[in-house]
Amino acid sequence: MNLLRRPFFWIIGAVILVFALAPAYHGNVELRESLLLATVYITLASSLNMMLGYAGYVNFGSIVFFGLGGYFCVWLMSAHGWPLAAAALAGGVAVSAAGLLFGLGILRLRGAYFALSTIGVIEAVNAFVTNFAPWGGSSGMYLSPVLFEPLGGARHALWTIYYLLVAVMGMSLYLSYAVKRSKFGLGLLAIGQNEGAASVLGVPAPRYKAIVYSLSAFLPAVAGGLYFFKGAFIQPPDAFDLQLSTEVIVIAMLGGQGTVAGPAIGAFLYEQLRGWLLTSPTFANFQLVVAGALLLAIVLFAPGGLMGSLYRRWPRLRGFLE
Amino acid sequence: MGAVYGLAAMGITLIWGVMDVINLTHGTMIVAGMFSAYLLVGSAGVPVYATLPIVLVGGFVAGVALYTIAVQRVVGQAPLMSLLSTFSVNLMLIGMGTAVWGTVLFNVPVALPGLSLGRYTFPGTHLMSAAITVLLAGALYLLLYHTRIGKAVRAVSGNREAAELVGIPTRRVLALSFGLGVALACVSGVLIATLFPFTVLSGDPYLLKSFVVTILGGLGNPVGALIAGVLLGLFEGLTTPFMPVSWIPVIEFALFVVALIAFPGGVLGLRSARPH
Amino acid sequence: MSALLEVVALGKYFGGVRAVQSLSFKMKEGEILGLIGPNGAGKSTVFNLINGVIAPDAGRVLFRGADITAAPPYRVAREGLARTHQIVQPFMTLSVFENCIVGACFGRENLPLARGREAAREALAMVGLEDRLDAPASQLTIAGKKRLELARALSARPTLLLLDEVLAGLNPTEVEYMIGVIRAIRARGISILMIEHLMQAIMNLSDRILVLNSGMRLCEGLPAEVAADPAVIEAYLGDPHLADSLRAGAP
Repeated sequence: MNLLRRPFFWIIGAVILVFALAPAYHGNVELRESLLLATVYITLASSLNMMLGYAGYVNFGSIVFFGLGGYFCVWLMSAHGWPLAAAALAGGVAVSAAGLLFGLGILRLRGAYFALSTIGVIEAVNAFVTNFAPWGGSSGMYLSPVLFEPLGGARHALWTIYYLLVAVMGMSLYLSYAVKRSKFGLGLLAIGQNEGAASVLGVPAPRYKAIVYSLSAFLPAVAGGLYFFKGAFIQPPDAFDLQLSTEVIVIAMLGGQGTVAGPAIGAFLYEQLRGWLLTSPTFANFQLVVAGALLLAIVLFAPGGLMGSLYRRWPRLRGFLE
Repeated sequence: MGAVYGLAAMGITLIWGVMDVINLTHGTMIVAGMFSAYLLVGSAGVPVYATLPIVLVGGFVAGVALYTIAVQRVVGQAPLMSLLSTFSVNLMLIGMGTAVWGTVLFNVPVALPGLSLGRYTFPGTHLMSAAITVLLAGALYLLLYHTRIGKAVRAVSGNREAAELVGIPTRRVLALSFGLGVALACVSGVLIATLFPFTVLSGDPYLLKSFVVTILGGLGNPVGALIAGVLLGLFEGLTTPFMPVSWIPVIEFALFVVALIAFPGGVLGLRSARPH
Repeated sequence: MSALLEVVALGKYFGGVRAVQSLSFKMKEGEILGLIGPNGAGKSTVFNLINGVIAPDAGRVLFRGADITAAPPYRVAREGLARTHQIVQPFMTLSVFENCIVGACFGRENLPLARGREAAREALAMVGLEDRLDAPASQLTIAGKKRLELARALSARPTLLLLDEVLAGLNPTEVEYMIGVIRAIRARGISILMIEHLMQAIMNLSDRILVLNSGMRLCEGLPAEVAADPAVIEAYLGDPHLADSLRAGAP
């Protein structure tokens, strides 16, 4: 594909390399942990961006994919003895499939109504899982340390998981990029601009929306599987963390919805901000407030986010970055 | 109980119907009403039901402020934007709320004699709330359909450009409607506070319920909202004894989605669905 | 010979108001059929009914023999029927070029991106926008946007093109230009069904005219016949200017 010839492709590759090599260079566990969080943010934000930035549909409940993927993976491993990679992938597939079916239903709702229903999704799924005994109900599930053995013991496993998450993050960036340059992506952008006009031109809106919904579920679900495996514990409030869901939206908007680089930059900036907030005595409790204020400012004054503003100052960048 | 749902929903349906904006701060505004009642009763010793007019005015002012700051700029743009804007304000409010009040339960004690009919006892607070709700609904109806202001509101919700051409100060009307919607939310919060204990985070379930009621009752239709609210209240009352409380959000959500898909304009909708 | 487009007993009610009533007509391949009528006659509704944007309450729509009644708009587009809107709806943040690529890729031929780009270029050349390829659609003037709307529909290489008041709001020079474009489109073998208020233009362009009033077919025939028809003139008498131009416009 002529994607390989575009500079941005290699930029993504470089970023992935940095993520992979930086902590390894010094065996720096602290750096690894913070970068790990970043990979999760980026994966979630990139995937969300496909729905939000391309097709223009806000999914307030994107965290559901992450949590459900986590649950599937943990369950498959602890109850059925599946190996990590298979369980995580299976989780991804299962959640995507569920997303496809479910999406076909709620995606009949246009724009704002859809967004509303995604708010309800979190509550509903949370309620459901809390009552679902095979998955530990409200107390969640634990993973026994034995499961870390096939990966070479706990310490080694943590590194493996990190690399896997970096790989997933890379895939999410590449996927976002590939979609954007594809015919499918063009259709999505048209839908995002004016769904009616897009339909009249022949874009099969319902099908495309369902596909992107399902697609935006896959990698977050896999990431969820890996993440919760690492923590060896999953319970509903962690899996369906409304705050994280919100943060992902803020990140995508901050960096620039509709761009590929946006979510990555946004994740990076936000994580810095968050780290600073958590350690600062005055602001420790104000995380949500700051996130909200940030989002409001972006929506009111810079809807294109950081990338949007950059593109407006330097339009030439548009041909170079995405 | 259902009546109060209806009241809460009226706030949402009004704003939605007039300006196609979905006010995601609605739930938090309800909680704001709850807290206002708490503070006024607790520290100022104001009798509960007397707080209503205060909260009404306060809510109205807050609503207008909210509109001017957060919503005005994005009213004409894609609904997505106003959604995100009210969402972010909501975040801020919740954040501040939890910082100040934590997640502790609060209560507004009210002593009112109940009414007993046969085997059922109706708590006095419930009756009072229902009565007040009906009163307010009636007042809203009168306002919308029998005053000049109401006419202006209805004109703007029908066709904003046309209304402007005719000389209606649309911005002020929009601000007014928004303020009214928020005021209704706050007032319903006061009433709910007399019925149940609450926390800073209590708003969300009511947000969901308000949406369900709004859809069932028809966008922009306050009377419909009231009726639908009562229906929902009845429904809840009937089903709660039979299943664990945590299932209720799931059911309501399912109802919500089904209702949206099947009735884009609301079951009792007076207007057809507006395309986005 | 079977008709290109056949509308049979089409009907639509909007909350008690009959927007369209028992409307039937046929279109041949390669012809330009003009759709005229006083304001509120239901013309745009007819387009929406044919196009799949709204479903009729009665009647059928057949396109090249296939029943497309109430088919979703994207399916209708795939069959080869394209349409422009009275109020233009460009994809604002996309470039002029990208706008047309959407049309090309999702239209009748369902082209992949590369071939779609070619088709888009062709269409843009036909309307004279080939030098504004990379401009964001939002930057065009109204006239430019109208041309873009037309090019976008053309990019799909449709068999039948529905034009909804494509000349409205243009100055005489621009109108002249567009008329030329429309003729060129027909020369390519694309059939056209057009709604227009500019009497002179539509009378001159159309092979046949269909007059609609209050959702019903009032008259159908050659432009000269229609212009002389007393019922038509009466329908337009509510608007004397239009009636005069009706008579003046007929060849």
